[in-house]
Amino acid sequence: MFSILAAKPKSSARNKTGSWRSTKMPRLLKKECINCGLCKFVCPEGCISGSEKNQYSVDSEYCKGCGLCAYICPKKDIEMIENKPEKSNSSEEAEKDKGVGK
Amino acid sequence: MNKQHLEENYYVCGHTACAGCGQSMAVRIVMNAAGKNTIVTNATGCLEVFSTKAPESAFGVPWIHSLFENAAALASGVETALAYQGKKENINVIAQAGDGGTADIGLQALSGMLERGHDALFVCYDNEAYMNTGIQRSGSTPFNASTTTSPSGKISAGNPRPKKPMVEICAAHHIPYSATSSVANPKDIEIKVKKALKIKGPKYLQIHVPCPLGWRIDSSKTIEVAKLAVSTGLYPLVEYEYGKLAKSRKISSPKPVSEYLKAQGRFRHLLKNEEALAGVQKVADKNIEYYGLK
Amino acid sequence: MKKFIEGSYAMAEAAKLCRPGVIAAYPITPQTHIVENLSQFIADGELDAKSVNVESEHSAASCVLGAQAAGARSFTCSSSQGLILMSEVLFCIAGMRLPVMLVCANRALSAPINIWNDHQDSIAVRDAGWIQLYAENNQEAVDLIIASHKIAEDPKVMLPAMVCVDGFILTHGMEVVDMPDQKDVDNFLPAYDPPYKLDVDNPMSFGLLGTPDVYQETRYAIQKTLEDVLGMIPEVGKEFGDKFGRDSLRLVEEYKTTDAETILVAMGSVCGTIKDVVDREREKGNKVGLLKIVSYRPFPKEVVKSALKSAKHVGIIDKDISLGSDGALYSEIKSLLPSDQKVSGFIAGLGGRDIKLNSVENIIKMAREEENSCKFVDLNKDILWDKFKTI
Repeated sequence: MFSILAAKPKSSARNKTGSWRSTKMPRLLKKECINCGLCKFVCPEGCISGSEKNQYSVDSEYCKGCGLCAYICPKKDIEMIENKPEKSNSSEEAEKDKGVGK
Repeated sequence: MNKQHLEENYYVCGHTACAGCGQSMAVRIVMNAAGKNTIVTNATGCLEVFSTKAPESAFGVPWIHSLFENAAALASGVETALAYQGKKENINVIAQAGDGGTADIGLQALSGMLERGHDALFVCYDNEAYMNTGIQRSGSTPFNASTTTSPSGKISAGNPRPKKPMVEICAAHHIPYSATSSVANPKDIEIKVKKALKIKGPKYLQIHVPCPLGWRIDSSKTIEVAKLAVSTGLYPLVEYEYGKLAKSRKISSPKPVSEYLKAQGRFRHLLKNEEALAGVQKVADKNIEYYGLK
Repeated sequence: MKKFIEGSYAMAEAAKLCRPGVIAAYPITPQTHIVENLSQFIADGELDAKSVNVESEHSAASCVLGAQAAGARSFTCSSSQGLILMSEVLFCIAGMRLPVMLVCANRALSAPINIWNDHQDSIAVRDAGWIQLYAENNQEAVDLIIASHKIAEDPKVMLPAMVCVDGFILTHGMEVVDMPDQKDVDNFLPAYDPPYKLDVDNPMSFGLLGTPDVYQETRYAIQKTLEDVLGMIPEVGKEFGDKFGRDSLRLVEEYKTTDAETILVAMGSVCGTIKDVVDREREKGNKVGLLKIVSYRPFPKEVVKSALKSAKHVGIIDKDISLGSDGALYSEIKSLLPSDQKVSGFIAGLGGRDIKLNSVENIIKMAREEENSCKFVDLNKDILWDKFKTI
């Protein structure tokens, strides 16, 4: 008999962490973008996609609103705006998981 | 999340790292630099907890965790099994751990892996304390940092000891590559991972990954603070090859350490303590001289 | 082929016959000869395996965990402090359902440091979720190593197995052992083909965080699987017996118990001594028998209960003790038997103290007299004091 032993690759994507955002969320201005890809490269969530100038997008279902994309953007083409809360039923569970010990 | 994006990444969203987590940022850079043909062994710690809660995983490459101190020993076993099966030539083996799982409880297994010459890369995500259990001091905690087990107080300026020099401890095994990197320069991580994985034999890469919660910084400051660590000389970016210092990132006009310290809650107590502050400046000055950073 | 060889050599050869891919072990007396012999087989090109000279038993166990997870049949061996240093990993290996093979050369635990035999080491890790089998002699050790692979690696089982052999008594003892042919072993034990492994073409994650929502089921699954193993041991034991002519793999051995009034229960090499005493007692007309436990984990409760049900006196010999309680076998068996049955527990042979013929005779005598739960045999009261003292 077996129980849960392994997880499928990338299955965490089921867990919508956008509900974690508190005060701010990024807005891509899509004016000065030079397609450097740094926002996508540094996003700790991996929730920015795009590969063409001014065509990048943030997936608000996952974005936790840290603001690192806005910091790294060499053209200041990303601004942090007031958060629009994301509804997700996994939010309480996700909060609970913070700080699970060894 | 769009399908193409999920396909391009080997570490994906939906994990439960804190917002602005430096480790989470670095992990995806490392995973994507290593690519599909990679097997990862992971120590217990923040990363393992926030990325692989049953029944889900954020990883897109085969990944295994069992204990805190044995990521390097697991990697030794995986690498040996692959060699036995004739598959090693095409598959990278990466062991990864936090600084506690590297410099403290995992040091023996790491030294064994390096000494035995396994063809594997050990990545230490250095956030300078036991963050998973609530910011306790590790061997990698910097001098005078306040943690929950080395708190600053009326008669203490925090952690009384300097950071354990892991990059040199690993280099002292005369392995082909032992280096530091930082989220201060995210591209540097990618370059060094790719470089390391091209080399056969044991490799060590230590990445400075600020922890917003443990360092008491805003989640948007992760990269900015890491940059200050580099530009003050407190986190030298160096590369050792076969035991010798091969390269170091120059900082022509180092910033005073107070620039770095004042940005973080864990050092706030130093701003009113000149002697303790001077002590940290001495660490930076020594680094600049020792590693030839100027 | 019958050979007169050292136990460790025989066990190393048995491990070799199973064609392990990765071997990782750390030297510790009295296990050392096993890993030395395996290393020599590899050095001589007789065994196509990779050996890892790990820097500790913790890493030995971790290394075979990783290797087995990567799809290679893996072998390790240890003793005493080494096994205890591994213990953290042993629980993981079982929890991660990896059928690693381990030979434990049983030895006492420190302090005081003692390199000689008892069962305290393997008993201390009995709750880890491993199959634990105890060998009486080197032939059994060889057979159990080969046969237990088959059960451990069964896709329905996928649990690790530990073959426990008495340190020095078996590992360093010279005996005639009938070594199976490679061809027959290959025929009995197919190549390791696990239902899951670390695989870049099917990149699953293993060793997950198990929250209260999922953890308990993982334990239940192991418990149920070990209960299934109780049924598989006689089946695979028969298959092994048909092929190799020996019934070494079994749950228990009943030696002259059918009509016995007094039955001793024990594990490991001391059973040889007990059988001698049983024979002598029988010559004197005393109805004495031995119940030898081979499978300690899973523990064959029903078989044990049934084997002991008509005995007037049961004497259980433990080469271990749960300090502050009783011997491990005693606790387990006492709880199975009716409260009016006379069951006594004896602690003997700790730290290599010889269990002699007359030790066993005394045990029989005591078992017939008053009921004891935890009677130490052959104590030297001259070195016991009420206060700290040096001599």
